[in-house]
Amino acid sequence: MRNIWLIAKRDMGSYFNSPIFYVVTTVFLIIYSYIFINILSFFSMQSMQSGQFQQMGMALNINEMVIEPSFQNMAVILLLIIPIITMRSFSEEKKSKTFRLLLSSPVHLKEIVLGKFFACMIVVGLMVLLSSYSVIFLFFIGEPDIGPVLTGYLGVLLMAGCYVSVGVFASSLTENQIVAAVITFGFSLFMWVIGWGAQSADSSTGQVLEYLSIIEHMDRFLKGMVETSDLTYYLSFIIFGLFLCHRTLDSNRWR
Amino acid sequence: MIEVENLTRYYGTRRAINNISFQIEKGEVVGFLGPNGAGKSTTMNIISCILPASSGSAKINGFDTFEQSLEIRKIIGYLPETPPIYPDMTVADFLKFSAGIRGINSKKIPSAVERVIEKCSIKDVSHRIIGRLSKGYQQRVGLAQAMVHDPEILILDEPTVGLDPIQIIEIRKLIQELAAEHTIILSSHILPEITQICKRVIIINEGEIAAVDSLGGLTASLRKSERLSLTVRNSENNIEEGLNNLDQVISVSLGEENQFFIECELRSNLQDEIAKLALEKNWGIVELKPVPMTLEDIFLKLTLEEKEPAA
Repeated sequence: MRNIWLIAKRDMGSYFNSPIFYVVTTVFLIIYSYIFINILSFFSMQSMQSGQFQQMGMALNINEMVIEPSFQNMAVILLLIIPIITMRSFSEEKKSKTFRLLLSSPVHLKEIVLGKFFACMIVVGLMVLLSSYSVIFLFFIGEPDIGPVLTGYLGVLLMAGCYVSVGVFASSLTENQIVAAVITFGFSLFMWVIGWGAQSADSSTGQVLEYLSIIEHMDRFLKGMVETSDLTYYLSFIIFGLFLCHRTLDSNRWR
Repeated sequence: MIEVENLTRYYGTRRAINNISFQIEKGEVVGFLGPNGAGKSTTMNIISCILPASSGSAKINGFDTFEQSLEIRKIIGYLPETPPIYPDMTVADFLKFSAGIRGINSKKIPSAVERVIEKCSIKDVSHRIIGRLSKGYQQRVGLAQAMVHDPEILILDEPTVGLDPIQIIEIRKLIQELAAEHTIILSSHILPEITQICKRVIIINEGEIAAVDSLGGLTASLRKSERLSLTVRNSENNIEEGLNNLDQVISVSLGEENQFFIECELRSNLQDEIAKLALEKNWGIVELKPVPMTLEDIFLKLTLEEKEPAA
């Protein structure tokens, strides 16, 4: 445990010492805020209209109309931004030959992998935390339901965990950070769109494709439901990515 | 203490080292010598548990480097060819981190870091960012990192490469100081370095051990002839001829201006006769002295002799 924390702490230090974290976080917050403001103004327009035309009798739900789309958009931005954060984890160590320090130290390879994973997760978690000003603001102006908000954050973080897991794995494959980022982005995007094939495939294949899709499992979290199948999907996705990363690093030593 | 047996390592189909065996006792300072690409780093990487061997075994204190690598990693300090330093950290932070992952108790970390900072004389840069330090200081930080946990064995891969002459002398002095308390394996392709620091030399060439011996032993066993150097004032064409006419002279070669190297049979004590000849012919002796065999000669001899049969 101590080794995992030490490695994670060192990695976080190098994120905070370099401009990467600040640039990425700023970009993330600007894009997210712009989208959030648009969603919110659309929502207030709708509420005004429904206030004027009572006969429409639509109950406008702030969870459904503001928070849910905000989370969905945040998931898209994270898809674009997480590869930038994870790309350096192993690539840079390999390139600057610092990886030998870790390899010649009395730490297990899995501790190194977990340390890197948690470092990225904490950085991503911090970004998500900073963006939560928007949701907190909604609590001042309206009465959103807290349940779906919390499960929504859980869902976002689990999904981010999948991206990070892919990213850490991709970074273990190559010394080149750009290559690692492209692999991460490509694979994550593919796991996102894989469910789209469900419509044209026959029903059983379609179900499989839908289950594999990384975004499909988000929906229930956003609605306030935590289901075992969704948790299993995300957790096994993360563990499988980290397992592949471990195997890659181990086999690198034999080549 | 360190036992290496029939170690072989392939990178893909390329064989980096072949059937290497040697032993190192506690407290020894051993030099690995060989041209670039001879397999020095590979051997060191295997001993440091970074790479597994393709076949054969390496044991330290009875622990196998592959099966029980965690035990070994606690007692070795490794400085690879490129020092494994994080350029964005300060020296003190980096050493704290290295101490931590080397398994030092958190309470003892500050004193351990203090000790190596003192020892490697990096106190005045300890709060600076490593990436902004000179190569010499970075090398010292690398060395400090390797000894922060006070390991029994220090493995140093070309510790002086890329340094300026003053830095080289400083690092060498540091290593000599360390030699009193640690078992040290040092690799280098720079020969005088090994001569100065190491008592025993392992010469590796093309992945195989060409010789393992003390410096004196190597010189004695390889010496088939003696060498004299003669410098004169008056250069005449027939000096070479005159020398060649002497009995027991094997060959004469030209050195710098008016300098001749005379290769003669062992224990021939030719000095008297050469001096006599020089007086007779009025060459004007400036200097006449035996040339001891340097590690360089030994090295060239060993590595070249290996190649001759193939050619």
